[in-house]
Amino acid sequence: MSAKTTYKWIGSSPVRPDGVDKVTGRANFGADHSEPGMIYGKVLRSPIAHGRIQSINLTPALQVPGVLAAICGDDFPDADAVQGMSSGESPADMRDIARNVMARDKVLYHGHPIAAVAAMSPEIADEALKHIQVTYEALPPVLNLDQAMAKDAPLLHEDQITRGLPKKPTQASNIAAVLNLKRGDLETGFSQADIIIEETYTTPTAHQGYIEPHAVIARCNEDGRAAIWCCTQGPFVVRSLSAQVLGWDMGRIKVTPSEIGGGFGGKTTIYLEPLAVKLAEKSGRPVKMVMSREDVFRATGPTSASRTHVKLGMNKAGKITAADVKLECEAGAFKGSPMQTACMTALTCYDLENFNITGYDVVVNKPKAAAYRAPGAPLTAFAVESAIDQAAKRLGLDPIDIRLNNAAKEGTVAPYGAKFPPIGLVETLQAAKAHPHYCAPLKPNQGRGIASGFWFNAGMQSSAAINLNENGTATVITASPDIGGSRASMALMTAETLGIPYADVNAIVADTEAAGYCDVTGGSRTTFATGRAVIMAAEKVIVSLRERAAALWELKPEQVEWRDGQAHPDSEASAGADIKPLSLAELALSAAKTGGPISAKASLTAQGAGGGFGTQICDVEVDPETGKTEIIRFTVIQDAGKAIHRAYVEGQLQGGAVQGIGWALNEEYIYDEKGCMQNASFLDYRMPVALDLPMIDTVIVEVPNPNHPFGVRGVGETPIVPALAAVANAIDSAVDARMTDLPINPPKLLKQLSTA
Amino acid sequence: MSKQHITTTLNGEPTEFLCDTRQTLLDTLRNELRLTGTKEGCATGDCGACTVLLDGKATCSCLVLGVEAEGKDIQTIEGVAHEGELHPLQTAFLNNAALQCGVCTPGIIVAAKALLETHPNPTEKEVRYWLSGNLCRCTGYDKIIHAVMDAASAMRGEQP
Repeated sequence: MSAKTTYKWIGSSPVRPDGVDKVTGRANFGADHSEPGMIYGKVLRSPIAHGRIQSINLTPALQVPGVLAAICGDDFPDADAVQGMSSGESPADMRDIARNVMARDKVLYHGHPIAAVAAMSPEIADEALKHIQVTYEALPPVLNLDQAMAKDAPLLHEDQITRGLPKKPTQASNIAAVLNLKRGDLETGFSQADIIIEETYTTPTAHQGYIEPHAVIARCNEDGRAAIWCCTQGPFVVRSLSAQVLGWDMGRIKVTPSEIGGGFGGKTTIYLEPLAVKLAEKSGRPVKMVMSREDVFRATGPTSASRTHVKLGMNKAGKITAADVKLECEAGAFKGSPMQTACMTALTCYDLENFNITGYDVVVNKPKAAAYRAPGAPLTAFAVESAIDQAAKRLGLDPIDIRLNNAAKEGTVAPYGAKFPPIGLVETLQAAKAHPHYCAPLKPNQGRGIASGFWFNAGMQSSAAINLNENGTATVITASPDIGGSRASMALMTAETLGIPYADVNAIVADTEAAGYCDVTGGSRTTFATGRAVIMAAEKVIVSLRERAAALWELKPEQVEWRDGQAHPDSEASAGADIKPLSLAELALSAAKTGGPISAKASLTAQGAGGGFGTQICDVEVDPETGKTEIIRFTVIQDAGKAIHRAYVEGQLQGGAVQGIGWALNEEYIYDEKGCMQNASFLDYRMPVALDLPMIDTVIVEVPNPNHPFGVRGVGETPIVPALAAVANAIDSAVDARMTDLPINPPKLLKQLSTA
Repeated sequence: MSKQHITTTLNGEPTEFLCDTRQTLLDTLRNELRLTGTKEGCATGDCGACTVLLDGKATCSCLVLGVEAEGKDIQTIEGVAHEGELHPLQTAFLNNAALQCGVCTPGIIVAAKALLETHPNPTEKEVRYWLSGNLCRCTGYDKIIHAVMDAASAMRGEQP
């Protein structure tokens, strides 16, 4: 595959196919669907963070007038019988998922589902929850890394043996897994260093913060088949996970993805879906379940709190001689924090001879962590990119030069073992250095920070189908939910490949029975992997079109060429003959006479996603009287490989950076000593609002990915990775305060300024 | 509990409905009138996804009871496009790629409409201030602000 440099449609920014529906309120999101006879389900959630369930009595709830069904853990197959790992970007233990969606013997966090009811109205369902009788044996909650890893700590899971150690332990532990990556010799490396930076950095539990709460409608038919409508990043994943939790053959379930109001990784798993199916089965009525915002905070997402210890050795020339990174990561109630990817990405921007990275996956009595945009990478990037900034300051070196000195490039072997194909980190650093932002003057109390970041990007499985309509337009069908404009990307790639106008292509997202298998919209994979399936399908359509033209011209298909949306006889066949080219529209119109409707489908496991690197420049102004930090200028520079829809690529860069800014400055879960979240609302969990931000400038660097026909790399996740350190580095530059504990909110910064 | 009979003007048309006294205007719009373009993001007045115009004033419909709409004029996202024509704000949101997931978009367009009806020539800062009650988690607001400024310019009759 080669990357062509001039395109008719690729790289433009047309209006998305679903645009009008979304600006008129017509688009149907998760909670917008209704079914005739529908009733409403609600979940009873644990009021304590850690405890053993002694008894559950649903009968009083069932006696409330208008209540049609009530369920608890007993209504599902034994969780121990649910084996194996889920598919998807962040594989999870199915037994854990089964116990997370409905508690069995223990409750493991405040908000853990313990029972559910379905009733004629949401108000009746809420009333019925009050009548469910539950008795608990309360256990001491384990709420942070130190408590969880303490000797004699209360155990969340009495059968959890730490994995990843050279010798399998015999005692159970709250440490679920340990990972180590290393190369070279640390001692030698540190002995070559002129300076050593050693620091511990912490990040709080943070939520994806999608505006649309989780919502599902489930219906069970008399023939044993069920239909689910829900907002999800992956309808096939919902089908598979729900079937396993229910103990059903997945062929009984059809999942229709609604429009999705944000996900950022948080909608790659299931919460309500099997509960709604079970309530629908028991009541004989379609059941709608919609989470409150409080439920979303208490029981979905979030991403892990973390503590990263970094020891960095550097020589006077600004070359890293050794790096030792130790990461401890809260998984929440079940194993599976993004510790592994946090370790794998920690030092990946740099070409290092000596390093050691160790990670710990630690369970605590908080909600089970779910994927959040580049899961884990921002945690270690905050630490490592802060340390590099401290080194640059100590040595008096330019923070971009110091990164260029060590930057990974084509041929560098990443800490996790992969040898890089062409990558664009150096190009983003050079673009940052050349950007007018980098040399713009600063005023007192203003400062500038630089940071870089990496995300792998994913490939995984995708399918696509293309149907030509009899008027020469095309419909592209995939099951990749459109979370940020992917229908437009699919339509652009189809138009470019077939050589027809973008306006002649419609792209739709279909259900699990109408479309071929697609993994989740996640891992920044959709434009790359589903895009490749779309291009493959379009190429098959072209094969058909050449055959049809050949039949009309009485030539062989190999004598027909496809150019600019038209079939042309090759030079030999056209010599001396007056053959007019046939357009796609003409061939589509005559399809009935040449073999019938023209359509094609393609599926693949996409390899070679191509890593995404980015560099960000952040300017802040700190108010020394209040400790408030204002972002006054921000530039996001990223290698997109090739931007298919330019404006939506810019949008990913801007949105990702702003999530990182929120995490750096304000966002955190605040718990009381009993493990109850104290700020489970958008008022108190403070995400950035329009007034908090300046315009976010973007620079798209394009180092083509050789594994995509147009050169695409994923772009969605990388932009959140550098932002946390870019903000912290800017604050240090402004007021000489090295902040190592996020979020850097006004009281914390004021305290630091007053003690300095 | 018996339902109340409410008479309003909804998107320019006289509209009557029955609602439970406990129901918010948001629930009434979505569940009784099946106008699901108005979204629920929090139900506590913090995200602005449920913004409607109540007698012309941008209002979180989750903070108003359905019965409080008696005699009032309600405008929702469904009434923003008129006689088959998109409002300049809607066109500007499409042309600026000012939405990603799109769930905050109805509330933001309705809130921005209220702004432009009273402030036809807002500064960037004014637009940011006005929209600070509307959370968007996808875009970082950049393209939203550009879209509102573009729509304001188009509504003033300026050439793009």
